Amino acid sequence: MSIVLGIETSCDETAAAVVTSDKRILANIVHSQVEAHRPFAGVVPEIAARAHVEKLDGIVARCLDESGIRLGDVDAIAATAGPGLIGGVIVGLTTAKALALATGKPLIAVNHLEAHALTVRMTSDIAFPYLLLLVSGGHCQILLVRGVGDYRRLGSTIDDAVGEAFDKTAKLLDLGFPGGPAVEKMAQGGDPARFALPRPMRGRDHMDFSFSGLKTAVRKAASELEQPPTRHDLADLCAGFQAAVADVLEDRIGRAIDHCRASGTAPTGLVIAGGVAANRMLRARLTETAADRDLPMIAPPIALCTDNGAMVAWAGVERLLAGSTDSLDVGARARWPLDADADPLPFAGVKA
Amino acid sequence: MITRDIPLDSMQATGALGQRLSEALQVGDALLLSGDLGAGKTELARAVIRARAGQPIDVPSPTFNLVIPYEFRDLLITHFDLYRLEGADDVMELGFLDALDDGSVIVEWPDRLGDLTPSEALRIELTAVSDRRQARVSGPAAIVERFLGA
Repeated sequence: MSIVLGIETSCDETAAAVVTSDKRILANIVHSQVEAHRPFAGVVPEIAARAHVEKLDGIVARCLDESGIRLGDVDAIAATAGPGLIGGVIVGLTTAKALALATGKPLIAVNHLEAHALTVRMTSDIAFPYLLLLVSGGHCQILLVRGVGDYRRLGSTIDDAVGEAFDKTAKLLDLGFPGGPAVEKMAQGGDPARFALPRPMRGRDHMDFSFSGLKTAVRKAASELEQPPTRHDLADLCAGFQAAVADVLEDRIGRAIDHCRASGTAPTGLVIAGGVAANRMLRARLTETAADRDLPMIAPPIALCTDNGAMVAWAGVERLLAGSTDSLDVGARARWPLDADADPLPFAGVKA
Repeated sequence: MITRDIPLDSMQATGALGQRLSEALQVGDALLLSGDLGAGKTELARAVIRARAGQPIDVPSPTFNLVIPYEFRDLLITHFDLYRLEGADDVMELGFLDALDDGSVIVEWPDRLGDLTPSEALRIELTAVSDRRQARVSGPAAIVERFLGA
């Protein structure tokens, strides 16, 4: 059995976990500022690399303490090396390098998206290849997960992520933060057909998403309401927004399943991850979408869908078992597409 | 300070403005994009970056990630979204001044810049009243004319 310490600092959370190769999470600590509701509609991010520095040592120590594992007994140290906010990523990766150097254990530089992609293998028995819909505040992608280190991005948002569309809709309608649960709650009992909102990309012959136009349509519809809007108006608009998102996700995922089958790679299931996976209405719709095509829909527990250390530790386990570790000179990367073919860039790379 | 109003009736008009801004963009330039949610700030930033790239590369909204660098052969463009920040101290932490030294910056929600607001910046205020969008471009005359012509 292997034991891996995982560190995640690529955006708002400072997190660490200890996970075993027999799929046990011995400790999983996430320090997040989500509780701190601020005036601007959003989690005030852990911008300061310094703030990650201040917290990370204590979180790693507490994590090892809770797990009952001594640092010298772990088999590898894994950390998110990107993509993300570069200052935070550097803090987590450098800490992992120091721990790896001090203990003589291998370092594993994990792609944040890869960690989301593999988490489900820790919580369920699912065989490759499977489809992953990653829907969060910062990401909106459909990936075909063919194996450890073998991912194909089928589609991605060309503008806003879904979680961002929820947060900004909540902000436009003054519903508070976090936006996802606020919009979902307000939508209950609303009439999704009252406002004619667009379904961006639906029916298009690719698997990309776009949510910027939907956000603009919500803004326009909200500005045409009598002020202040009634609860009834808000419920109808939220229900309409949510229905539009559901229609788009359903269309894109359905197309992705069909596309994979047509190209000879039938997925074993549809996996959803990311904070938006917590939305019950969207989960129900995606379960139906998968069921219509005889596929199971699987979602890891919500706590493992949002950013956490356990997913990084688990990706570390998978990589360790595959014999894929990194040298100590590996760099942090602000941009790091999982599937380099999907993102032809005209420039050499990013300083980091 | 001078001001010019540019109607943005269509995606094509946004693309054309992005193209003009992109062509004049050089190290030390700051494009400050303001306007309400849904006014089209990221859309315009995307148009500038894609024009510079010469192809429709991924330009995701930086709201979550706060800052996304694009290093082209001849210019580093750093795209900031300060929406979730509270003030200039946070902006410092993001490496704003370094980004401005090393290349050009495109900033959404520039009111959070406070004292760090570059004096030579090109300000673009996007407004959308029902279906009519407009960009109000302002700044020192030399800057505005360099970007938009005399």
